[in-house]
Amino acid sequence: MNKLSIITKGILKENPIFVLVLGMCPTLGTTTSAFNGLGMGLATTFVLMLSNLVISLIAGLIPAKVRIPSFIVVIAVFVTVVQLIMQAYVPALYETLGLFIPLIVVNCIVLGRAEAFASKNRPLDSFLDGLGAGIGFTLGLTVLGAVRELLGSGAFFGWKILPGDAMLVFILAPGAFIALGYLMVLFNKIKKA
Amino acid sequence: MEYILIIISAVFVNNIVLNQFLGVCPFLGVSNKISTAAGMSAAVVFVMTLATLITYLIQNYVLDPLNIGFMQTVTFILVIASLVQMVEIILKKISPALYQALGIFLPLITTNCAVLGVAIIVVTKEFTFSGTAAMLNLPQALVYAASMALGFGLALIIFAGLREHMDLVGVPKPFKGVPIALITAGILALAFMGFSGIV
Repeated sequence: MNKLSIITKGILKENPIFVLVLGMCPTLGTTTSAFNGLGMGLATTFVLMLSNLVISLIAGLIPAKVRIPSFIVVIAVFVTVVQLIMQAYVPALYETLGLFIPLIVVNCIVLGRAEAFASKNRPLDSFLDGLGAGIGFTLGLTVLGAVRELLGSGAFFGWKILPGDAMLVFILAPGAFIALGYLMVLFNKIKKA
Repeated sequence: MEYILIIISAVFVNNIVLNQFLGVCPFLGVSNKISTAAGMSAAVVFVMTLATLITYLIQNYVLDPLNIGFMQTVTFILVIASLVQMVEIILKKISPALYQALGIFLPLITTNCAVLGVAIIVVTKEFTFSGTAAMLNLPQALVYAASMALGFGLALIIFAGLREHMDLVGVPKPFKGVPIALITAGILALAFMGFSGIV
């Protein structure tokens, strides 16, 4: 498999959100605006790339029995790194995303890529696989965030573009489920065509 | 009185799945049949309460005194993962019947973000009762964790009931599977919004 296709398969063919339906909690919880979705996506991408890289380097040394716990520890270390970096440099975003930053540890995408790809492939390929899955996840989050922000507050990346009141429910919990549901329908339709 | 407030707020108003978006993966994954949903709910109530007990003690008697709060994520997830494994082993030995019922759900719980989420909420968030904000004490934390888990069970079982009916109707092809489940969950969340303002 060439390097480019490793990256691109995570974006469309194996998109974590729309195709694999993994990592639903942050997908629904953090996409109240396009910017928040983007921030969450980038934080997850960082963890995905580095944990994939490290896991693929040490996979040979870990006994099969304690494989999963060891992977989780590696992932948790990078999540802590992201947590501290965000707390220091983007405190406002850190506050908004709140609980969902430490919860990257239990995001099925991260452990899923570690188990399915990084533990069996070479470091560089694993790094790129993490990058691809991360880009796919970030794109999904940003699109969902943009849709919800547009419908819910009439804005795009914080720029107010629709006059008047918008449908607040799309910023609230029910809107997250409904918007993601219809986006998936759209994705299925486009993929078929 | 506080306990009643905690229970109502955790089960209905701030429902863990429909309002806080924790545990959505198992919510979508194991909600095809009511019996499976009930098994999963029971396992979550059990593990979440136990995990909160242990992580609460670790946070207050190990991490805080040693001033190593940044180790929270790593410690908690390790504790939860080993706890789940331990519960599985103990259950197998002392109660094979219960193990039969809950066994297959236990490994899934490690990556259920609801467990880690509640453990972190309990030690970081301040709650307001009768005007004063304070951290939860241990009994309150346990009641909170158990009610959060009950809220998860309630949402899961209602949702499973809805999905069982959905199998009987013709859903348009692009909506089949996850999309229609998400839209249904959205409508269920709308219904749960009716509880907001109670406490």
